[in-house]
This record gives sequence, structure tokens and C-alpha cells, in this order.
Amino acid sequence: MILTIIIVLGILMLAAAFMALYLKDLLSAIIASGAISLMASVIYIILAAPDVAMTEAAIGSGLTTIVFLYALHLVRKKQEDKHD
Amino acid sequence: MIKRFFSLIFVVLLALVFLPLVTEIKPLSELGMTSAKYAEDGAAELGAANLVTSVVVTYRGLDTLGEVTVLFITTAGIGFMLRRKTILPEKKRRASEILKSGTSFLLPLIILFGVYIFVHGHLTPGGGFQGGVVIASAIVLLMLSDINMHPDHNILNWLESLSGAFYVIMGILGLILAGGFLDNRFLPLGEFGKIFSAGAIPVIYSLIGLKVGAELVGILNKLGREDK
Repeated sequence: MILTIIIVLGILMLAAAFMALYLKDLLSAIIASGAISLMASVIYIILAAPDVAMTEAAIGSGLTTIVFLYALHLVRKKQEDKHD
Repeated sequence: MIKRFFSLIFVVLLALVFLPLVTEIKPLSELGMTSAKYAEDGAAELGAANLVTSVVVTYRGLDTLGEVTVLFITTAGIGFMLRRKTILPEKKRRASEILKSGTSFLLPLIILFGVYIFVHGHLTPGGGFQGGVVIASAIVLLMLSDINMHPDHNILNWLESLSGAFYVIMGILGLILAGGFLDNRFLPLGEFGKIFSAGAIPVIYSLIGLKVGAELVGILNKLGREDK
């Protein structure tokens, strides 16, 4: 049962990784890369490492996503300025 | 096409490198000498219910000091790279009513949860790093909901520097009054499992939490402010 959950989560992580690489919409790609960390933190909890899981959930899927979103915002703004 | 071919080869080679992890390494049936020592004597020696914390803060405290230093250098580097003149934009979209009301309701709860995580670092999972990040996320929520709100740069700098300096001072106090650098036993160990226990571990973890939180808020503040 636990092994099945881990395998399913691993496959979902791979799918999210491919989405992060190949999605044309950058916003969706950032969300997909945040989802990878979220599933990794679930796997850490199953493997009895709650400390690592908290770090992964807070930093990997929370803070990194926000930093990427800020960066995307800045890049888009600069591109708009160039087109004007 | 060629680029994709090379990256495929690279991925296959990487898989070959990690293959022994699956085929060769068997799960250990018993702990090694170092980990057995930590697991058996850790709770009695340091009085921390969470064994991970006693390893991170005390036994391997020097590594944690190194990690905090790496984070500090990262913040300094980002501050250096983004040190362009900050022009506050005139026209910025205001936050929606839902975000504003949600923030005013959630902000105290999130900050309280972050403080809980690092104050209870020696009892429950989590600690300074996790609590600091949770607090930083609360501040980011505040920054998103109120566009004119920017944390004061000086306060952040002072908070970060003071908590970093006190962290090292705690380490040196351990060196003088107890067994070695970052030894937590110069404060009374207290009753096992209570919040005021495990010597200096709660103090050190609170300092780490404040430092990490201030640093991350500083990074996000610089990123959000940078314009033009």
C-alpha cells in the first residue's frame, strides 16, 4: 500500500517535471515545479522524515515559487518596456 | 535536435551513476557507531525530545553555523546584484478585496505558527529554518496585499546581524561554560519534554529562526522593489 503511494507520487513528480520543462506558458511551468516539491515533501513524511518534509514544503514549494514569480514579473515588465 | 540528443545521453549517464544506489546498497539492519551513539545517548545527554534537533543544533552545530553563513552570503550577493536605484512605480494594481481580508485574518495565525515551530524545535519536528521561512511567507502575504507596505530595511538588517552575532555568542558561551562550541548544557537541562528544557537549544533555534526569517524577507523585499 505504502509502496504504491510512493510509486504513484514518483510518477506524478516525473509528469510535473516534464510539464515544467515543456509547457509554453511560464506561469504554469513555475506552478508545476512547485508541485514537484510538494509531492516530494509527502514522500518524506511517508519515509518518516518530518523535519525534511517541512523544509521541503516551506522552501521548495512556497518560497522558491514566489521568487520565480517575482522574477517572471520583472522579465515580463522589461519585455513590455522594450516593445513600447 | 542535436541539443536534445546530448541531453538524452546526459540523462542516461546520470541514471547509470545513480544505478548502484538501487542495486548495491542494502538497508542497514543496525545503526553505525556514530548514529547509534546519537540515538542512544542523545536524549539523555542533551534533554531534547526531537533527536534531529539535538543533532542539527548541538552535535553538528558547526555545520548549521556554516549553513547560516551560506544564507547570509547569498543575501549579501543578491543585495549587491539588485543594488540599482529603486524607483517606486506610480501605477500599480491594487490588491483585491478577497486577498486583503484573507491576509488580515491569516497573518497573525501564520506568524504564530512560525514562532511555534521554532520555539518548539526541540520537542516537535521543525526548527529555526522552517519557522523562519513560515514567518517570511506571512510577510510576503502582507507585501502582496498592501502594495505600499515595504519592511524597513534597517530593522531587517539589525535583526539579522544581532541574531547572527548572538548565535555565535551562544556558541562561545558553550565553549567557556560547558563542553565545547555550541554545547547547550550551560543552561539547565530542565524537565524532559517541557518547553523550557534542553538547555540553550530553544534559544539558539529562536535566534536561527529570526535570522532566517529576516534574511528571506530581505531577499524578497529587494526582488519586489527592484524596478527599471
